[in-house]
Amino acid sequence: CPCRTCCRGPRGAAPAMNCRAEVLEVSVEGRQVEEAMLAVLHTILLHRSTGKFHYKKEGTYSIGTVGTQDVDCDFIDFAYVRVSSDELDRALRKAVGEFKDALRSSGSDGMGQISLEFYQKKKSRWPFSDECILWELWTIKVNVVNLANEQERQICREKVGEKLCEKIINIVEVMNRHEYLPKMPTQSEVDNVFDTSLKDVQPYLYKISYQITDSLGTSVTTTMRRLIKDTLAL
Amino acid sequence: AMDTDLSSQDRKDLDKFIKFFALKTVQVIVQARLGEKICTRSSSSPTGSDWFNLAIKDIPEVTHEAKKALAGQLPTVGRSMCVEISLKTSEGDSMELEIWCLEMNEKCDKEIKVSYTVYNRLSLLLKSLLSITRVTPAYRLSRKQGHEYVILYRIYFGEVQLSGLGEGFQTVRVGTVGTPVGTITLSCAYRINLAFMSTRQFERTPPIMGIIIDHFVDRPYPSSSPMHPCNYRAGEDNAAVYPSVEDSQEVCTTSFSTSPPSQCVFTVTKAHFQTPSPVVTDTLKVPVMGLAFSHQLSSSRLSYQPAALGVGSADMGYPVLFAGGLNAAHPHQLLGPGKEGGVPPAPSQPAHGTQADQERMCIPLDGVHYSAATPSSSEDTETVSNSSEGKCSSPHDLLETIFIRKVGAFVSKPVNQVTMANLDIPFAMFAPKNVELEDNDPMVNPPDSPGTESPLQGSLHSEGSSGSSTGNTHDDFVMIDFKPAFSKDDILPMDLGTFYREFQNPPQLSSLSIDIGAQSMAEDLDSLPEKLAVHEKNVKEFDAFVETLQ
Repeated sequence: CPCRTCCRGPRGAAPAMNCRAEVLEVSVEGRQVEEAMLAVLHTILLHRSTGKFHYKKEGTYSIGTVGTQDVDCDFIDFAYVRVSSDELDRALRKAVGEFKDALRSSGSDGMGQISLEFYQKKKSRWPFSDECILWELWTIKVNVVNLANEQERQICREKVGEKLCEKIINIVEVMNRHEYLPKMPTQSEVDNVFDTSLKDVQPYLYKISYQITDSLGTSVTTTMRRLIKDTLAL
Repeated sequence: AMDTDLSSQDRKDLDKFIKFFALKTVQVIVQARLGEKICTRSSSSPTGSDWFNLAIKDIPEVTHEAKKALAGQLPTVGRSMCVEISLKTSEGDSMELEIWCLEMNEKCDKEIKVSYTVYNRLSLLLKSLLSITRVTPAYRLSRKQGHEYVILYRIYFGEVQLSGLGEGFQTVRVGTVGTPVGTITLSCAYRINLAFMSTRQFERTPPIMGIIIDHFVDRPYPSSSPMHPCNYRAGEDNAAVYPSVEDSQEVCTTSFSTSPPSQCVFTVTKAHFQTPSPVVTDTLKVPVMGLAFSHQLSSSRLSYQPAALGVGSADMGYPVLFAGGLNAAHPHQLLGPGKEGGVPPAPSQPAHGTQADQERMCIPLDGVHYSAATPSSSEDTETVSNSSEGKCSSPHDLLETIFIRKVGAFVSKPVNQVTMANLDIPFAMFAPKNVELEDNDPMVNPPDSPGTESPLQGSLHSEGSSGSSTGNTHDDFVMIDFKPAFSKDDILPMDLGTFYREFQNPPQLSSLSIDIGAQSMAEDLDSLPEKLAVHEKNVKEFDAFVETLQ
């Protein structure tokens, strides 16, 4: 985040008054973490990206075209649509990769969360530094389970796939509320609202961060295992 | 109308936005059920032609059918645009999977800015649609379609009909956009009870028009001829093709199959031209229009080629759309004799739903036909007629082209109504005696039409062996006529064709035939003790022999 000093996310405080905060939770197997996170993040960013703006005279602008593509998951029975932008995909994969590594090295319980924040920059006059104002915050809580055998893994593939379908529906519901969105900026303001660094699409300014949760005991893992066992027993 | 506050320009813009939104909605839904992954590119420079700043391809037929269904209208209160997704198995059972509804309600948002906010929200709604189309159960089904079932779509305009979805269907809302003239809502109702067994038959009203592929076979010769994607629409001929739609209130609904590129199914639409009364046996009656196309050898995949078959091109309306083999010389008569007894009678016109007048379906590749009136989907005995015949006041004659199923050249067993005695197959003497027909539905071969430019046709005749090079798929493969390329009669008394035919199907090795094999196996087992005794006796000789080897 370019305004490191001021942009406060989940660790700090001060989201904007009309900041939306949404929380999603998923329980996944270790190898499913990346795909599940990417599915959610890409779905959100699909809705929060536009084509590149091209400003013309008199303050009007035209918007480029956003392409989309299907992504099949290897470890989950699931598919999702993402924006056709390799740059964006790389950025998300990098963040998710770091999160996954942190989860893995954190200890046995594997609980953590990824946050996707959308913010606006508000220029302040000297000597005050610019402010970052959070207007939408997505928190994805992840619980990593360990499965004992192939049968459990197969069930997990399907179950996580179904869960992700639900998450996508949740995300779309939120997007449909048509609540606060930053005003479309003038040319001079565009970098305060959008990330213009990508060459093919223009997402709203966003930041991804994560947290690894300290161990809360094994209760969650046990519950997940029990769920799977119950399914097998049916 | 509640749009007194809306400037006329805004009103015009809004109507245009809604119209194109509806068309793009249909494209997204249908493309999401094609069974393949969709990929479009982002473009930073605006091309000006991408509606809602999204790269969504336009499959021409889909747009055409959507426009037909809408017939110049826009969704209003009580009149919604619906895209119905259904599944049809290779045995002919079908069931509705989803209904996507684009509706308009009365709740107006007068304050909203049309050209900006509404447009952007419609764009957002399309993105939501892209996401949601991947999470309903039908998506995964559609990705696996091809062998046992295909996914079809049907567009209709009017009242939403959800009764075909079974009990307990679920609804997911994709989103809403408020406009000064009403609120646009996009949602999907989908079946959750997918426990659908082939023994269950689903009666459809409105009637099914068209035939379904009921024989899904793996393509044994992946390289032998080019396949055309099913959404490939006769490239070159495309421009010509869409005639003006009849302006009828009872807009004919249409449906196409959506299937992966390697498997094409086509729909039939109303015919516009006259036909001579065809000679018919063992028939498959489908309303046909336009160009014929040959279908793939030994598979239920269609290769689409825009060959004119002697139908008066001036009369042609829509492009190709039917299945079955047609003899180029006699476009309405299929090759070979078939069932005795002539044409099965056309069924009476079944009742229609109010909006869903017709459903166009995929076309089977073999000669299975369906009766529009009966729910049964058993093979071979029913026919389909254009249900719009009686319904729409069409000034055009409907072509009913009769297809005959051609039995494989190397088939010895009679198939249902086709008997060997009737067959005028060129290689009858080579027909193997013990060939089992797969499903009794051999594929009809593309006709011998040397005048066409079909790559498929070309490959059929170029070596003469495409498709018949492996002897074990005779059941599926029918050779109508055999004209090996480059063969001449002058050098040898036997020409290449004769040579080929003679040696095409050599008799099986006796040791490989089951009976003999089984016999000798039993014999072998019986003689084992004897043999062992002999070997034991000669053990010294064997040892000596082994010594010499060391």
